[in-house]
Amino acid sequence: MSHDHDSHDSPESNNRRRLLQGMAALPLIGLPAVSNFARAANIPTAQVNTTKLAVTDTEVVVGQLHSATGTMAISETGSIQAEQLAIDQINAMGGVLGRKIRVIKEDGASDWPTFAEKSKKLLINDRAACVFGCWTSASRKAVLPIFEKENGLLYYPTFYEGLEQSKNVIYTGQEATQQILWGLDWANTEKKAKSFFLIGSDYIWPRTSNKIARKHIENKLKGKVVGEEYYPLGHTNFNSLINKIKLAKPDCIYAVVVGGSNVSFYKQLKAAGITADKQFLLTISVTEDELLGIGGENSAGFYACMKYFQSLDNPNNKKFVEAFKAKYGPKSVIGDVTQAGYLGPWLWKAAVEKAKSFDVAKVAAASPGIEFKEAPEGYVKIHENHHLWSKARIGQMTMDGQFKVIAESPQLIVPDPFPKGYQ
Amino acid sequence: MSLTDMYNIALMQGFAGLSLFAVLLLMGLGLAIIFGQMGVINMAHGEFMAIGAYTIFLFSTLTQNYLPDAMQAYFPFAICVAFVIAFIVGWFVEWALIRHLYKRPLDTLLATWGLSLGMQQMFRSTFGPKEVSPTLPDWLMGSWAPSEGLDIPINGMFVLALTALVTGLVMLALYKSRWGLRVRATVSNRVMANAIGINTKKTDRLTFAIGCGIAGVAGAAFTTIGSTGPTSGQLYIVDSFLVVTFGGAASLLGTVVSAFGIAQTQSISEFFMTGSMAKVLTLSLIVLILMMRPQGLFASKVRR
Repeated sequence: MSHDHDSHDSPESNNRRRLLQGMAALPLIGLPAVSNFARAANIPTAQVNTTKLAVTDTEVVVGQLHSATGTMAISETGSIQAEQLAIDQINAMGGVLGRKIRVIKEDGASDWPTFAEKSKKLLINDRAACVFGCWTSASRKAVLPIFEKENGLLYYPTFYEGLEQSKNVIYTGQEATQQILWGLDWANTEKKAKSFFLIGSDYIWPRTSNKIARKHIENKLKGKVVGEEYYPLGHTNFNSLINKIKLAKPDCIYAVVVGGSNVSFYKQLKAAGITADKQFLLTISVTEDELLGIGGENSAGFYACMKYFQSLDNPNNKKFVEAFKAKYGPKSVIGDVTQAGYLGPWLWKAAVEKAKSFDVAKVAAASPGIEFKEAPEGYVKIHENHHLWSKARIGQMTMDGQFKVIAESPQLIVPDPFPKGYQ
Repeated sequence: MSLTDMYNIALMQGFAGLSLFAVLLLMGLGLAIIFGQMGVINMAHGEFMAIGAYTIFLFSTLTQNYLPDAMQAYFPFAICVAFVIAFIVGWFVEWALIRHLYKRPLDTLLATWGLSLGMQQMFRSTFGPKEVSPTLPDWLMGSWAPSEGLDIPINGMFVLALTALVTGLVMLALYKSRWGLRVRATVSNRVMANAIGINTKKTDRLTFAIGCGIAGVAGAAFTTIGSTGPTSGQLYIVDSFLVVTFGGAASLLGTVVSAFGIAQTQSISEFFMTGSMAKVLTLSLIVLILMMRPQGLFASKVRR
């Protein structure tokens, strides 16, 4: 339906556009806007683009592929906004290698085959230099073969289960061990949690995460898993589960429930008298976005382990939150994945500038070691395995739907998508 | 684990089954009227529930902003409004869409499916794609703890009471009122009902609208236990049809019994198995029973 974008740039039409732009710019010579031409001319297009990407002297085309409609829109909207914000800021600074970024937005519509089809369109028809997109693992798995075959470059923002690594993907969220292990250690030492009740929605990410959590609890912490339960996505009735929890009396409820189920889960916990003053609960699936629906009154006092919280106190984050709210309204909230989405364009810019080229192979090769010191989460660096070094943090939910950051891993945690002893 | 603990958990588990029963029954009621009595397969049933839920959300936001003192009292009032709004929308939908399709049941299925997609997008554009939940009055939250270790959820009790009320009213209306008489006459023999002077078109419209209104009430009540998003309706539609079909399409009593059976099976098996397996067991049982009794638990005795 959105096939007929204004974006069918064949090389010829680009040339024509360049000519027209050049002519239009003639009367303006001497104005600052023209300085981009001068900068771009430093590195000729033929040199920065040897693989026929949609790059001209003034412009580079990138794709954005998220669900703006359908059931995943609730989660992906934040990433769409954050990526757009980063791109706008980069453009305001003069773009990448002197070329302004133009975004072609495609809607995956929460449907995995649609994701695959749209990624083909972005890579083959639009020749996008890179794509920021996907949210669920299912959508990433659907587009991965296409990115590998067409040699595209995907920046994937979500924390996910790991067990994947591709030369065509940069993972800006945490893989499972980065999010789970340190959080469990913290629960064990600070909260003296010995017995854990693992709960998840029934699909790959919660199941893999709980598998890793169980191994860590049993082998490293010498603790006990007193229950492990999965419920279908969208499940809304947790009363029986809550009774099971009451029966098992765990020190810690470890929750990996996703989406709308979260709201039912926390509301019913509260209704059953399980509140933060009586029960310690740690989750890796609730961000500020979910809290909006759950409501502070149902969740205040529980804990989440993430790499980023909106309330994080550092100058980078202050600037980021301010800019985000200025663009999307004072009531908008920023969750972990939204922040990870924001990193994508900046990391790409840095890699392109290091490689002095838009070619995917060169950008991918230049990526390991790329640092981003202005990251709202503090400081990140790309590892050889294309994941980010990042910290883990514990936030406590507050009445107003935010988190109070109460602990932070002392060092950056190495990404380890194929953890030994956890599979 | 002491004996009192066991006793408490058993009590709470019993209540969990009851509150799931209330939820399923409330979901199924509106559909039992529309599908059971009129034979219209209303795929937009879930979206009518979402209308009710969004009404509550709207009211809670408005009350919070303009009348913070009324926060404790808005909820019952908002439920009535949810009924009225869903009723009006249902009335309009019947007039615009359904009445042209009475003789083509499969086309109603498609038309209402399209309607549901349209309504979802409307919710998305109006309220945003993110799930929302209204701020509930304090008296609806938390639990009633008659003794140590025994917590009965207040929202569960509320839904249970509301379901009892609505079911009672529907039964009363269907079997004691003029409207009920006309509906039953139309269901058993449309032509004859028409011939003796019953305005079947008007009856149909009223019936459909009432069914939608009850769906609105159901959606409103569910804001106490879950969240509301543009696609929330989809979560309920399968269960609603399950309850109604299993109970026997044209029988209200069947709907009640089937909701009770499904809820108890589900909730008890959830306690002893994992959640997903419990669902598998419940559905397999339903399929088995439907294979033996295709007309559902309580088939109405109609000469065909």
